[in-house]
Amino acid sequence: MTPTTLLRWIILLPAAGVLFHVFLGRRATAAVKVVGPGLVGAAFAVAVAAGLRLRALPEGGLLRDHLYTWIVAGPFRAEAALRLDALSAVMALVVTGVGFLIHVYSVGYMHGDRGFARYFAYLNLFTTAMLILVLADNLPLLFVGWEGVGLCSYLLIGFWYEKTENAAAGKKAFLVNRIGDAGFLLGLFLLAWTLGRHGVWTLDVAAIERHLDVLRTETVGGWPVPLVVGLLLFVGATGKSAQIPLYVWLPDAMAGPTPVSALIHAATMVTAGVYMIARLHAVYALAPAALTVVAVVGAATALFAAVIATAQTDIKRVLAYSTVSQLGYMFLGLGVGATGAAIFHLVTHAFFKALLFLGAGSVIHGLGGEQDMRRMGGLRARLPVTFWTMTAAALAIAGVPPLSGFFSKDEILSSAFAGRHEVLGVVGLLAAALTAYYTGRLVCLTFLGESRVSPEAAHHLHESPPVMTVPLALLAVGAVAGGFLPVPALLGHTGEGGPPLALMALATGLAAAGLWLAYQLYVVRPDLPETIAARLGGFYGLVRDKFRVDELYDALVVRPLFAAADVGARGIDPKLIDGVVNGTGVLVAATSGVWRRLQTGNVQHYALSFLIGALLLLGYYVGR
Amino acid sequence: MPPTAPLTWYLGLSAVLFAIGAIGVLVRRNVIVIFMAIELMLNAVNLTFVALARSLGSMDGQVIVFFVMTVAAAEAAVGLAIIIALSRNGETMNADELVTLRW
Repeated sequence: MTPTTLLRWIILLPAAGVLFHVFLGRRATAAVKVVGPGLVGAAFAVAVAAGLRLRALPEGGLLRDHLYTWIVAGPFRAEAALRLDALSAVMALVVTGVGFLIHVYSVGYMHGDRGFARYFAYLNLFTTAMLILVLADNLPLLFVGWEGVGLCSYLLIGFWYEKTENAAAGKKAFLVNRIGDAGFLLGLFLLAWTLGRHGVWTLDVAAIERHLDVLRTETVGGWPVPLVVGLLLFVGATGKSAQIPLYVWLPDAMAGPTPVSALIHAATMVTAGVYMIARLHAVYALAPAALTVVAVVGAATALFAAVIATAQTDIKRVLAYSTVSQLGYMFLGLGVGATGAAIFHLVTHAFFKALLFLGAGSVIHGLGGEQDMRRMGGLRARLPVTFWTMTAAALAIAGVPPLSGFFSKDEILSSAFAGRHEVLGVVGLLAAALTAYYTGRLVCLTFLGESRVSPEAAHHLHESPPVMTVPLALLAVGAVAGGFLPVPALLGHTGEGGPPLALMALATGLAAAGLWLAYQLYVVRPDLPETIAARLGGFYGLVRDKFRVDELYDALVVRPLFAAADVGARGIDPKLIDGVVNGTGVLVAATSGVWRRLQTGNVQHYALSFLIGALLLLGYYVGR
Repeated sequence: MPPTAPLTWYLGLSAVLFAIGAIGVLVRRNVIVIFMAIELMLNAVNLTFVALARSLGSMDGQVIVFFVMTVAAAEAAVGLAIIIALSRNGETMNADELVTLRW
């Protein structure tokens, strides 16, 4: 463990940006354009420097930056300390690197918006919170970042709060995340309590890893502690990382500006749950059952969300469900014990998903706000940079070799098969085929075929300015070549010489089939999809309506809650609470009616009582 | 030294004057008369102070009398102002009817 003071600057630089935008931003919009992305870029540079210093250390070394002692509560201590090991270094580089490109892109995308400075304040705060989460040395500090990204997602999803549905989407994201956070907190309490009973009053990651023996034999209510802790923390992860059953907030999160979606889906926020479980993989290793739950939920989410994505017509909604599905892959990887592969997929996903969202933003920008793919088509010639970069991202996510998604996805799938989780592996393969299909569909509907653009949108149609297209190009490089990054090796993942050839061939075949099918259906025979949809009838409607999960939650949770609140608001509050308050008033008025008669208003009566009082006092002192 | 009346006579006179003033405050109805009765009470007390000061050979009592006279002058000014305001508004001078200082 090497002490350093370098790590704090990774967090402090974007945090300084927040202060700048809040206090000076409104008056100095031109400066915001430089400061907002610039500080994140500087944080990236610091992260690179720190990463190089980490690499110079021997295997398994880590950098630690101790700022101050944060909490001292009885024997419990929590330090405000940051740590940089291989895992957090990878994450910090992704957050600052991809985040920086998204910041630059935002300068173009948000140009002329009334809330320009406010937007960058939130964006920098988002980056700051995610960096705290990633670099935290202990779980309480991680939780600060965890809540911070939750807050920022709320602020940014509801950025254009004048529209009610945007504000509602922000609220939904916040509330759904709160459910997960409650589980996360309970997990932390149980962990702290169990360790504390054995005299370990800290939640340092290193300390937890040193005292795993303590956890191994402990039980709570007849259940082994690692299992309960693992499941509770996973509840938090399902909220933050949008897994079944708490994924519902993420598709609505596209209400925010498009670069925000890119930030949430790629660099910050949703990767938090994946990172947290990777960080605590030592604890999860004690509870194979918890890992199985993680893997099953991940695989189920991967397939479920991919199915939904095939029938969406809103370009951002397709991408949102795609993120949910890809996060499912990451959890599948974590669940089968392939932490390195999961983080690898997180990194490649950050590249191509950021690129897909920013590309979609460029399309929407060019079309003056149009998001419905049924009114796009044939944009290839008019938006060449966007088309080529997005195609690269689509091929990467579809798993076409040798692009980045191919490597990371196959790593996860081969780990699943190697770990004797054949069913989960097959589910993952199916989801991979669907992924290829829906991304192919997205590209075909948007860029190829006949133009279905409305005339006035076609009139204004333009390629985005360089400030937007350059980040696209840089991300495209990452999406194409990201697969050659030695991420699993850095994280100590020991694959047996990579995925087996047969699996690679099968996955590639499935990806090709999915893409081919999409091309056939949406470019060659554009009349076919409707026929097929009609043939499928009710099932198609169910998929298009996202399996009506929102409606289910509405009926099961939201409406009962509203009904209960209604009882309180219309029954208990006006009758019981107001009754008590008003009753007190009435009682006082009634009793005071008697005593009030003493106050005649006649001065002479008062003077008489004066005199009597004076005489009494006199009598008392004289007669004593 | 010329012969002087004994202290008790002074105190007796003072008590009588004070009692007359107090009864006047309590039983008379005209606010001006009540006002004059208050002045009478104040001066009864003054007499006590002066008599005792003389008897005890201390200046303290006499000093206090000057303070009482000052306060009495201020009180007279304020009291008369109130009474004039009352009469200007055409209200009664009868203390029994001046009962608006009531809820």
